[in-house]
Amino acid sequence: MRFRPTDDQRALREGVRALLGRRFDREALRAAVDRPGRLDRALWRELGAAGFFALRLPEADGGVGLGLPEAALVFEEAGRALLPGPLLATHLAAGEVPGAAEGETVVAAVDGGGLVEWLAGADVVRGDAAGAVPLDSVDPLTPLHTVPARGAADPVAILLTAAEQLGTATRACELAVQHARAREQFGRPVGAFQAIKHLCAEALVRVETARAAVYAAAVTGDPADIAAARLLADEAAVRGARDCLQVHGGMGFTWEADVHLLLKRAWVRTRRAGGGTESEELLARDLLAATDRQGACLR
Amino acid sequence: MDLSDSPEDAEFRARLREWLAKTLPALPPKPSPDDWPGRRAYDLGWQRTLYDAGYADVHWQASPGVRLIFLEETERAGAPYVGAGFVGLLHAGPTIAAEGTAEQRARWLPPVLRGEEVWCQGFSEPGAGSDLAALRTRAWRDGDHYVVSGSKIWTSHAEVADWCELLVRTDPRAPKHEGITWLAMRMDAPGVTVRPLRTLAGSTEFAEVFLDEVRVPVGNRVGAENDGWRVTMVTLSFERGTAFVGEVVACRRVLGELAARARRDGRWGDPALRRRLGRLNAEFRALWRLTQWNVSEAQAARGGVPGVGGSVFKLRYSQARQDLYDAAAEVLGDTALDLGHPWVRDRLSSLSYTIAAGTSQIQRDIVAERILGLPKGR
Repeated sequence: MRFRPTDDQRALREGVRALLGRRFDREALRAAVDRPGRLDRALWRELGAAGFFALRLPEADGGVGLGLPEAALVFEEAGRALLPGPLLATHLAAGEVPGAAEGETVVAAVDGGGLVEWLAGADVVRGDAAGAVPLDSVDPLTPLHTVPARGAADPVAILLTAAEQLGTATRACELAVQHARAREQFGRPVGAFQAIKHLCAEALVRVETARAAVYAAAVTGDPADIAAARLLADEAAVRGARDCLQVHGGMGFTWEADVHLLLKRAWVRTRRAGGGTESEELLARDLLAATDRQGACLR
Repeated sequence: MDLSDSPEDAEFRARLREWLAKTLPALPPKPSPDDWPGRRAYDLGWQRTLYDAGYADVHWQASPGVRLIFLEETERAGAPYVGAGFVGLLHAGPTIAAEGTAEQRARWLPPVLRGEEVWCQGFSEPGAGSDLAALRTRAWRDGDHYVVSGSKIWTSHAEVADWCELLVRTDPRAPKHEGITWLAMRMDAPGVTVRPLRTLAGSTEFAEVFLDEVRVPVGNRVGAENDGWRVTMVTLSFERGTAFVGEVVACRRVLGELAARARRDGRWGDPALRRRLGRLNAEFRALWRLTQWNVSEAQAARGGVPGVGGSVFKLRYSQARQDLYDAAAEVLGDTALDLGHPWVRDRLSSLSYTIAAGTSQIQRDIVAERILGLPKGR
């Protein structure tokens, strides 16, 4: 058991972080907020060239030939940068929809829960989106439609969503800590006060617990591990963003601060692929199955 | 990232499973929780059984894979808990192994491994709990002895312990984190008085220990004089980092039993209860993965000594354990008020988890200051 990213995996993560840092920094994020519903197609093609979408496609089919653990690390970085667009749908379409792997074709998809992200902005829509109803999306960076639920959720979609949540949770914790160090009240940094300090500590505890769960699920691919990873990552992202907002005080409640963007995106992802309830039910069934298995062993 | 067993690990797991299946049915019945001498004999007997089979030193092995497999398989099979051996095996033992002299290792480690001696922990004092460095128990040098006077509190296993890992103040003029020394003290030495304390669970899990001019040989000092705080940090990192990992597997077993009981009682149709248990499944799966993660990180970065990541685990686990037994109470209904049910006792003892080994509030300070780099202050 060597449960740490390998040197190659770390290098991959650093590479994606550098690319996103260069091409999608804070200025780009705010610019995207100012032109909602429009994707940066040049960036999309750059992601394609870097292998973002073709990552798990076999080399024989023109892909990178890597696995779920690598995809989780890459999606974590996307979540950390709050990168907008139907990343997951396009990634899952690589090898099946022409141009998706290269980032030439932007793909949206109807997911199991009946949510469609970027329906109007995509070139290709997978699944039956007939009768889709637009929502006035809470997240300025994710246009949304709903259709009636369409069946079972894809475990890979759940896992990579959890990886994105993990990245967003990490970003929320970083922003909270940064602010707690810099912002002074009563003549000292607010991070010196235990009330603030403990909010930040709890945020990190949730991030690290979610990280272990997400990475493990990426390695085992087990549906119960994946369901657990989703619940932990959803919690880390949503509560992390809320606590980050609290640490920022009044500034955190403004449009200018990025905190709301983190929280809103985290909320959108909690509704993907059947939502948390479906994962809780799966994990409840898993408890009984495990008990029955052990009982069978004893007999 | 790799969570699979290496060929050697897989062989170890298979051998251990076979041995457990053969050995566990022959164990004597467990003594009652209040029968301390009986518990001591039972726990040491189990350790001796492990020793004879070649498994005694598994907690001190270099390979994290083997150690986790041992904890996973013994708990899964329902083997006895480490019990009275906790401090010796998971706490004082690793500290002596890391910081002791060759002579000290030879004197103290084999009896722990053979299940012959029990250790207890003399850290906390009435005025030095969370603020451990405020401890006031004094030790003076008198020839080749330290003479120790003061008192300790919340000392688990004190009644049945042979040795105490004792923190004393050897330089009262030094700043409070300096001037502390780590000693091994015999519990039957003249001047040691143990007075049991009754816990909220009604049992006597721990005790007060009064020390009146107790003579401890200088040779029983681990580490240098006045360097005890550093040695203690090594001890605490073991306590927070890895000492609880077996319990996580045990909690997962209890959770499965909760689900089975809910189904038997016709409660499985209640979606709120199902979802609550499902969420706890996620929690304990994640805690197990966090354990594997911490052990891998410690192995890579510090040669096996756990880092402050242990505080992350301890914070999350102590809360999860309380949540687990609160859920158990919901499953039990009126039976949750009956002290005769083992889950009810476990629910009461789970209340100590957010306090013992550094309160959750102290752990949050540690995470905030040492991992996140936030400024000191209260």
